[in-house]
Amino acid sequence: MKFSSEYRDAGAAQGYAHEIRRITTRPWTIMEICGGQTHAIVKFGLDELLPKELELVHGPGCPVCVTPLELIDKAVQIAQRPEVIFCSFGDMLRVPGSESDLFAIKARGGDVRILYSPLDALKIAKENPAKQIVFFAVGFETTAPAHAMAVYQAKQQGIQNFSVLVSHVLVPPAMEAILGSETNRVQGFLAAGHVCAIMGYEEYIPIAARYKVPIVVTGFEPLDILQGIAMCVAQLEQGRHEVENQYTRAVPEGGNRAAQQFIKEVFQVVNRKWRGIGEIGASGLGLRPEFAGFDAELRFDVGDYRAEESPLCISGLIMQGQKKPHECSAFGKQCTQEKPLGAPMVSNEGACAAYYRYRRAELAAAGKASQR
Amino acid sequence: MCLAVPGKIISVEGEDLARQARVDFGGVLKEVNLAYVPDAKIGDYVLVHVGFAISIVDEEEAAKVFGYLREMDELGGLAKLTPDPGVKQ
Amino acid sequence: MSTIKDFTLTCPLPVSDYPTVTLAHGGGGKLMHQLIEKMILPAFNSPLLETRHDGAVFELGGARLAFTTDSYVVHPLFFPGGDIGSLAINGTVNDLSMCGARPVYLSCGLILEEGLAMETLWAVVQSLKRSAEAARVQLVTGDTKVVDRGKGDGVFINTAGIGIVEHGLTIAPASVRAGDAVLLSGDLGRHGIAIMAMRQGLEFESQIESDCAPLNGAVQKLIAGGVSLHCLRDLTRGGLGTTLVEIAEATGLEITIDEMKIPVREDVSGACEVLGFDPLYLANEGRMIVFVPQGEVARALELLRTDPHAAGAVEIGWVSQEHGGLVKMKSRIGTTRIIDMLSGEQLPRIC
Repeated sequence: MKFSSEYRDAGAAQGYAHEIRRITTRPWTIMEICGGQTHAIVKFGLDELLPKELELVHGPGCPVCVTPLELIDKAVQIAQRPEVIFCSFGDMLRVPGSESDLFAIKARGGDVRILYSPLDALKIAKENPAKQIVFFAVGFETTAPAHAMAVYQAKQQGIQNFSVLVSHVLVPPAMEAILGSETNRVQGFLAAGHVCAIMGYEEYIPIAARYKVPIVVTGFEPLDILQGIAMCVAQLEQGRHEVENQYTRAVPEGGNRAAQQFIKEVFQVVNRKWRGIGEIGASGLGLRPEFAGFDAELRFDVGDYRAEESPLCISGLIMQGQKKPHECSAFGKQCTQEKPLGAPMVSNEGACAAYYRYRRAELAAAGKASQR
Repeated sequence: MCLAVPGKIISVEGEDLARQARVDFGGVLKEVNLAYVPDAKIGDYVLVHVGFAISIVDEEEAAKVFGYLREMDELGGLAKLTPDPGVKQ
Repeated sequence: MSTIKDFTLTCPLPVSDYPTVTLAHGGGGKLMHQLIEKMILPAFNSPLLETRHDGAVFELGGARLAFTTDSYVVHPLFFPGGDIGSLAINGTVNDLSMCGARPVYLSCGLILEEGLAMETLWAVVQSLKRSAEAARVQLVTGDTKVVDRGKGDGVFINTAGIGIVEHGLTIAPASVRAGDAVLLSGDLGRHGIAIMAMRQGLEFESQIESDCAPLNGAVQKLIAGGVSLHCLRDLTRGGLGTTLVEIAEATGLEITIDEMKIPVREDVSGACEVLGFDPLYLANEGRMIVFVPQGEVARALELLRTDPHAAGAVEIGWVSQEHGGLVKMKSRIGTTRIIDMLSGEQLPRIC
């Protein structure tokens, strides 16, 4: 596939890996803050190509991992109602709430549907006038324009039986929260390429300057990630801390102005809770007052929810790169892929899930070997 | 948050917010909303995320990932390269 | 007899303790395997069941027979390249073939939902007929039941089949040896994507048709050609990844596959990219993997490729000397990744 397979070329990948090894003279800790990049790294085994001195940390880059527990519980509450058709991206179905998850609701007979696009939810709303269609609007800036369009069109077309449960988060405040933490170990960032395709990368310039970290806007194919890492390491080795763009084929400097405009029209910046991390000021998007009629939290009166995370789950520390999954006391015991306590164990690219798979396999191999 | 895939615009219809394209992904076609890429036309490659085109792929820039490696070879390594023109200082 | 309520699942691993059956339990992945391993197998305590193969092979009255059953609950009932009828015939034909048996007789139990259109039933029956003819098997007994509206998805079908084993080979995971080659009979994922393309909310335009097909012809060619077949397994739910893990776990041997050798059509790949699927875990209904000694690879491929349903057969990997029961994949960029079973159904993703 064009603009896809070329970026998975083995020779070029080895070329980049060689170059990274050549220029790395000291240990560095680099964070990527996008689930899609984590997925590619795990899928293609990219960390295998990197020198031992380089540590790649998987940050809170996935809606699965950072959607607050209360919101999952609210989703579960709403989805159980007989008049509701609850629509969501597939990613959210298995995220554990306090007592249940959307998949379990579906299994019990709830009308929970997986959609590819929020606009499909509008279609369903039109086809089912007697039902309430709710879309789980989760995501970073990449997905905000799509949600904005769905809400905008709902208002324009007078689709009354449609509402959205919003859990939008913004990347730059998360980066600042991580960098500003006393125990921060992150020295360089790979910025999420598709988030920047929408937002551009101007917002990262003051962050790079204030915290003296290089930030490289990076794509998602193996060559993109390797080039992004190479550019980041080069900066670190040279003592530079600038914003660079590796993903120039998809990210114009200013991002997508039309999309940014639309986001501003439908959403406003709000404080948001990040699961495992806590509340970060001005780090999320919420519906503007003129669109409040489409807010599912208001429509279904699930506003006042409190939820307690499992005390055993240290996902926040893991997502900030301060702990590794195997350092969690519940890892592999109370918390497994079949029965996860926290989000990073659910998502296939979550740090804990990735570790769980590989660690289990290693243990199996070691166990069998010791039996010989 | 990030699964966006490049596809080729095969046909376009509608206007403004309702402007849609049929986009080809290696042989499967999907309806994609073009509201955010008003300049996109038939034959362009767009990055598609949840049914929306979020960016037009710049073919010239696309080739640079490979050019980068060649330059590294010629100049003897990354450390000597000046930053890419896309960089803000 | 104890009821399901009284049954306690005990297991050293912290396994799922869902109080009710979920869709994931039928998905072909970890949860389904756990259900089978922890609840179903122990209840029946049969050495034949313990072989965990697609069908049971045994001696009866001097003949070596194979016996299998499968149920079909697919929705939608009709999809590009097939329908529940063709799935029902080919699925059972293939299960028998995977034991190295020549499928001969099938039974067919229909569970119909009240309100099902007669036209639909007719189409399904015609499809059963056509598929049986194409696979050269006979439907010799059956049953029909009707359930109340709302209690069935239009049509559920169960087929059971009897085949005859006309060779002396033991075609089963237990026969797999280190050094064996792994062959794949054709490209991956067409069935999974063909079904997905019809699901509301995920639709797209494509030419992709299900690969639903009978494999008995291809298997008979291998047997008639004198290839020493060690193991055969058709891919179905859970895809190539899951099937390889099952075999690796059953044999305790390590299997390595080469991503570059695994055939996936460009359009299937495109659909996977868009929806966020991994072709390794997509359902197939007319594909199998074949384990043969390294020295017989060329002959086996030659024979397979003479069959229309295995024309795309290729070698994709090998069984190594290592112990550990892992499945590894050499990625297209030269790194190695461990292939595990998915916990449940593969879901589309945006992240």
